[in-house]
Amino acid sequence: MSSTYLGLPSFPVAAAESTRDEQLRANLRHATHTIRAKRATAISELTDWPELRAAGAAIKDHTLAHLDHYLLQLEAAVTAAGGTVHWAVDADDANRIVAGLVKATGETEVVKVKSMATQEIGLNEALAAEGIHAYETDLAELIVQLGDDRPSHILVPAIHKNRHQIRDIFSRQMAAWGRPAPDNLTDTPADLAEAARLHLREKFLRAKVAISGANFMIAETGTLVVLESEGNGRMCLTLPETLISVVGIEKLIPTWQDLEVFLQTLPRSSTAERMNPYTTTWTGTTDGDGPTDFHLVLLDNGRTDTLADSLGRQALRCIRCSACLNVCPVYERAGGHAYGSPYPGPIGAILTPQLRGTTTELDASLPYASTLCGACYDVCPVAIDIPDILVHLRERITEQRRGHALERAVMKAATWVLDHPSAYALARQTATRTRHLHPTELPAPTPAKAWSNARDLPRFPGRSFRTWWKDRPAGEAPHGRPAREDTTR
Amino acid sequence: MRVALFLTCVNDMLYPQTGRAVVRLLERLGVEVDFPAGQTCCGQAQYNTGYRRQAEPLVRRYAEVFDGYDHVVTPSGSCVAMVRDNYPRIAARAADEGRDEGLAGAAAAAVPKTYELTEFLVDVLGVTDVGAYFPHTVTYHPSCHGLRMLGLGERPRRLLQAVRGLELRELPGAEECCGFGGTFAVKNPDVSAAMGQDKIDNALSTGAGVLCGADNSCLMHLDGMLRRQDAPLKALHLAEILASTEERPYMAAETTGKIR
Repeated sequence: MSSTYLGLPSFPVAAAESTRDEQLRANLRHATHTIRAKRATAISELTDWPELRAAGAAIKDHTLAHLDHYLLQLEAAVTAAGGTVHWAVDADDANRIVAGLVKATGETEVVKVKSMATQEIGLNEALAAEGIHAYETDLAELIVQLGDDRPSHILVPAIHKNRHQIRDIFSRQMAAWGRPAPDNLTDTPADLAEAARLHLREKFLRAKVAISGANFMIAETGTLVVLESEGNGRMCLTLPETLISVVGIEKLIPTWQDLEVFLQTLPRSSTAERMNPYTTTWTGTTDGDGPTDFHLVLLDNGRTDTLADSLGRQALRCIRCSACLNVCPVYERAGGHAYGSPYPGPIGAILTPQLRGTTTELDASLPYASTLCGACYDVCPVAIDIPDILVHLRERITEQRRGHALERAVMKAATWVLDHPSAYALARQTATRTRHLHPTELPAPTPAKAWSNARDLPRFPGRSFRTWWKDRPAGEAPHGRPAREDTTR
Repeated sequence: MRVALFLTCVNDMLYPQTGRAVVRLLERLGVEVDFPAGQTCCGQAQYNTGYRRQAEPLVRRYAEVFDGYDHVVTPSGSCVAMVRDNYPRIAARAADEGRDEGLAGAAAAAVPKTYELTEFLVDVLGVTDVGAYFPHTVTYHPSCHGLRMLGLGERPRRLLQAVRGLELRELPGAEECCGFGGTFAVKNPDVSAAMGQDKIDNALSTGAGVLCGADNSCLMHLDGMLRRQDAPLKALHLAEILASTEERPYMAAETTGKIR
């Protein structure tokens, strides 16, 4: 992936910092709880939600199982409609292709539609290295770009900022990027939106090249689909002469009929809307209407490797709705940056380690960034069993990595004890006999210390259940085994 | 009907009073309960931390120990979810690796007879009023495994609502995870504590004297925080409330605090 995400600390280290940021916690809590409640209402309106969810999963699974077939069908259809298809094996490959296409136009500026795939490959940085300025036009992406920040949410990249902070960013930074913010800019949503509109309009009208991603690619006709709320995407997709779309190969669906399912599930899951305000579809090029030059860059970048894992491949069903982020208690406390990837939250915790591998401390820590509470699976509109995949990836990590030697030894010893009742009895009795020596907190840096920083350690009982059970007299209660006074109390 | 208690390792080590309460409660309801001594642990910690193969001997042990019983009742939702959801997965993945080693049979035997306590009371025995008396204010935390994996739904609350003297107070944000998550609590201690703090703040806001749950592992985490902060709230397993009667009222175990 992009160099933006190299050398970042592991999830627990980053989260230790971010959970202490009261402003961040308040912003995230407010935003996620609001959208969580709205989503629940929007979903409850659909009586066939379980069927839609199952259909979405089935369509994606079918497509992934026949990905080679549908990709070739897509390529043929796009080409026939006047577009050009490029195949990018990894981030460097994709960046090189896009930079080459922009340079061929002679332009040094591009406008961008919000796109996860281009963040994943670090396209903006790669273009900057070639002297090309990429301007983000999604309102939240604009805030992130002007603030020299990183996105922290799939749908709402600036969710970690409140409107006072956004006002300050606009006032301070807009002038350096183009049209300055109005004097005396207030932090009302209407004023902030107007400042962004004026700033961006100048760029839309000047730009000759646009770069986008896509929510879906329809194999039968070679049509690309973008769903958005602001209309800024529509501007980028229609005004410039050249349009370059960078899209992960898993975004494919076979037919327009299949799109019907996702046009119902995606808006309700992401923005809690019955239908999103703007849905743009385009097929190659059309004379006198929109860009005259269209390039589709199909991005692998770890997706075929992910597809090879029969359990982990479910992650490729993801339609980037972000419902799992909005219900995740870990995301809510840690924030999106702690995940060190454009894909934060539960989906990021299973997608990033599959796309990037688990060789860094950060990537190997992501599958553990969950209590396995299951809230993410419940809301996923394509039924990705995120907790199951998290556990699966933990297994991959414990098997592949050193650094788990002590834990491995402890788990092995624990299983041996638990599978040998006499050893288990000895362990229990030892814990009980030494209980008056047990502290309620520990000084040394151990896992128990991590526990006892915030919590007292539990106290061992003086008399075990087993002793009580053995000593019970027969004959008092209904079936001859009852209950005499509980002397340990 | 042959019924066995699966105490679970956490209760065996730390919360014998919960096991005693389950036995008293079930016997009061006319159920003869056995406690096979060879039982140990469901293997959840190993499995969830990424040591699937280390859980395999415990799958087989579970099936062997409880062979011959019609029902296995346990006061831990997460252990039931481990058996019900993950034992078949462990067997299936071993099969994918070309192994069986008795796992498929063990999982098939274990799953249908394993019940979480409130499931057993409501679904098998068909009772919601268990004749309990507990004159305290209580708020209920439905742990994630009970809530989402097992779908316990209203069962625990219906049982609590039928307890004489008990005043049940709604817990704000009840469906949110408490932050325990097994080894999550030590691998991500800061996020875990932040989640736990929000949970106990919500529980304290109800003004209840008892924070009730049906899973002592979550309660161990929450009670550890409550005791550290000397908060006027006591974490208590549902079984101990249901076991309490006017004749034999609840008495705090020596290792836990009093209800304030």
